[in-house]
Amino acid sequence: MSIKIALAGNPNSGKTTLFNDLTGSHQYVGNWPGVTVEKKEGFYEGDKEFVIQDLPGIYSLSPYSLEERISRQYLVKDSPDGILNIVDGTNIERNLYLTTQLAELGVPMVVAVNMMDLVNKRGDKFDLEKLGKRLGCKVIGISAQKGVGCKECAEAIFQYAKEAKPKEAPHVFSGSVEHAIAHIEESIQGDVPEKAIRWYAIKIFERDKEIIEKLNLAPEILEHVEEHIIDCEKELDDDAESIITAQRYEFIQKLISECVKFNEKARQKESLSDRIDRIVTNRILAIPVFVLALMAMYWLAVSDNGPGTKLTDWANDEFLGDGWFLPFTQHAYVTKEVGAETPWYEGKTYDEASSEYEPHGANVEKWQAAYTEAYDEKNGEGAFEKDLAASGSEEEFEVLDESLASGVKTEVWLEDEETGEIRTGNVSETDGLISAEDDEEAESELKWTCDYPMYKRSSEVEEPDPSSGFGVWIPGVGALCEKFCDAVKLEDGSLARALIMDGIVGGVCTVLGFVPVIAIVFLFLAFLEDCGYMARVAFIMDRLFRSFGLSGKSFIPMLVGKGCGVPAVMAARTIENVRDQRMTVILATFIPCGAKTVIIAMFSAVFFREYWWVAASMDLLGVAIIVLGGIALKKTKLFGGEAAPFVMELPAYHLPTLKGILIHTWNRVRAYVIKAGVVIFPCCVVLTLMMTFSWNFSVVGDAIDQSILASVGRFFSWFTYPLGFGNWQGTAASISAEIAKEQATATLGMIASGDGSAAANILAMFKEFAGQEYKFVALAFMVFNLFIPPCVVAIVATFREMGSKAWGWFAFSFQMFVGYLLALNAFQVGRCIAFGTFGTWTAITIILDVIVFLAIVRPAPKVK
Amino acid sequence: MKTLNDVPVGKTVKVVKLLGEGPLKRRIMDMGILKGTEITVVKIAPIGDPIEVNLRGYDLSIRKSEAANIEVEGE
Repeated sequence: MSIKIALAGNPNSGKTTLFNDLTGSHQYVGNWPGVTVEKKEGFYEGDKEFVIQDLPGIYSLSPYSLEERISRQYLVKDSPDGILNIVDGTNIERNLYLTTQLAELGVPMVVAVNMMDLVNKRGDKFDLEKLGKRLGCKVIGISAQKGVGCKECAEAIFQYAKEAKPKEAPHVFSGSVEHAIAHIEESIQGDVPEKAIRWYAIKIFERDKEIIEKLNLAPEILEHVEEHIIDCEKELDDDAESIITAQRYEFIQKLISECVKFNEKARQKESLSDRIDRIVTNRILAIPVFVLALMAMYWLAVSDNGPGTKLTDWANDEFLGDGWFLPFTQHAYVTKEVGAETPWYEGKTYDEASSEYEPHGANVEKWQAAYTEAYDEKNGEGAFEKDLAASGSEEEFEVLDESLASGVKTEVWLEDEETGEIRTGNVSETDGLISAEDDEEAESELKWTCDYPMYKRSSEVEEPDPSSGFGVWIPGVGALCEKFCDAVKLEDGSLARALIMDGIVGGVCTVLGFVPVIAIVFLFLAFLEDCGYMARVAFIMDRLFRSFGLSGKSFIPMLVGKGCGVPAVMAARTIENVRDQRMTVILATFIPCGAKTVIIAMFSAVFFREYWWVAASMDLLGVAIIVLGGIALKKTKLFGGEAAPFVMELPAYHLPTLKGILIHTWNRVRAYVIKAGVVIFPCCVVLTLMMTFSWNFSVVGDAIDQSILASVGRFFSWFTYPLGFGNWQGTAASISAEIAKEQATATLGMIASGDGSAAANILAMFKEFAGQEYKFVALAFMVFNLFIPPCVVAIVATFREMGSKAWGWFAFSFQMFVGYLLALNAFQVGRCIAFGTFGTWTAITIILDVIVFLAIVRPAPKVK
Repeated sequence: MKTLNDVPVGKTVKVVKLLGEGPLKRRIMDMGILKGTEITVVKIAPIGDPIEVNLRGYDLSIRKSEAANIEVEGE
């Protein structure tokens, strides 16, 4: 039989540090049944015989807060073999309040007085032995941060728990109260577990509803007990709950006066923590300091040039993609072999060489496509492929008809990856070789005509290979899988290869691509929380956010949401109140994330070039949804009622330990990969396969209209019909955007085949199916994809953080409703204003708008 | 009767009575605010609410609306 110890203590008492110290990496993080409060369990020094159960940080065992209810349920019902109570020695008075309650449970207990290093530094003197005698348990001084005494207190409690003979609880209360409690004990004997009888008696004295209901005592017992309580209340002129609390604190004060000698001089001196706080929560400086902290976090985690984004890009494009150069090993190409011919990129780095090669690559690709098309036109559909195979050539392309080739000319251009627009710059030609130089300011586009001679010259330019001669090249996961496919002879376009490359590799990459940003966000959050700043954030921002039903800490998830919705939703865990936390989770992803910014960039470049404010207003729209959504939700039954009490400790600042922060971050990342990955991975595989395959499982390539996704899009086009893009293209692009939001533009680019750049093709496609209304359709499409539930990864994270499926679906429906209604407005109301078109759906939109408006402005219903 | 939300920054007061009942009152008591407890108002948050108080050797933040439930007498 293993021995189970509960670790209990106030928030900020160093409980987590002690837990980490005792269990190291042997800890398992989950949730308490049915709630989102974290449950941590670990093994003492990895020994499975000795289990340590970390309880939520609590101040009391009252029946009012979720954490307190969880803790007492565990302590009473699961009945651990021992309690290790950690108290903060620098704040002993309030910390011992919980100790007096824990002592009544009849479970062997050891009290660890933490931060003894600070206590000694201050010059306070503790008589721990006397303290232990009065409390009826062993008291040990420790410093969890320095690792002093941790082992000793763990050994003590495990030893004590084995003996299983708790000492008698201290008699804390005055004569008449103790008398009443004794009477209650007598009358409930047999109805409650013997060892915790004192605890039950006191709870009944306090008229604790939860306990009384659960015990189901006979009415005559309750009546008899009530008499004693009323007698006490009359005598002491206060209600029972107040009597108990007040007498506990009186007992502690007396205890401290006997056992502790404070160094009054040191107490009066301003501590370092006070001095920091003078600046950090200063009336004028508080907000600038907060903004600075936020900027630091934003830059670190999600800004375009910050380490978070760089790491994410590295993970996605290089580590999981083609490959990467070992840092500091990249150098200019030098031919090593003596006498060998030097290639054209001699003396250039890989980046220089590959950007110089770009126009040649484009020439080859575009001209070959044009030639294939011309060949098929002349000799019939599919003729080129047939003839190429018949010619016995092993190449993927060969000029089969010289006279046809000499007449083939095609436009070639270089595109911006994000917006699909043709880049600007200068094109020059030397010796028939094209070179292109980017210049954002330039008027001319990077566009030229390629004929057969130019193609021939370009095709002779050797493509630089990063894996040889440019530095230490480490192939990426994608490249390795491709090699594997080649090695086992899975041909391009075969089912198995697409399954491996697009399905499995694609799915894994989607899941793992988020890891760097999650890790960085949680490193930073763990630091802010452990050092004590997070409590100040709530202090500074509470007023502002409370007015629309959120917590002062809601600001941080929303800021993180600007970069990525997944860590944003997870960051809402720092909010203690469940109602505020859920609301933050629902609303945080309305802030357009980095991937959604790609959609905004593309659409504003293609459709709203002359309306610069369209792009800018999307962020504002996100903020407006949060504010108005918060106000509306707060008036519902689910979120209504009194704001949660904000009676909260502002702990002294202290430098967190690196170990603690790393363990915290590791637990988060691990939970994400395991729990979220299990759902996200298959979703990604299915969605990618839908895009890659037609119903008869042949690979569709660029002919995406043949894919399963297209037919699913067709099937669901009734849903997007009122939004103006009720066709398979718009619907399929929106579905594919659920893998990752930026996929919306990529899919549109693939669907809108044509002769121009991706941007021009998409513009033409929208004009084709929407006529003069195309701008409103585009706006509706953009708004729809920005504000409906986020990508599948974020949706899964949302479900997880909401705590139950029902709550998850509530969040999903709310987000879907908001996104759909906004898109309806963009199309129906927009075109009504511009062209006077008024239909049934316009009327429905306006009615819905009025209902939403009323939901926002209605007076808050009274909650009893 | 004066309540805690009216006490100016820097003043120390003594708690006379706690108003109200239920979770909020219990929370206030659990945090050590009881009849006779001495409380010093340390500062007011930048936007005017909540306030920071010091009692029993530690700092506590409490909204003004919640502090209005704590009757105090000044020195």
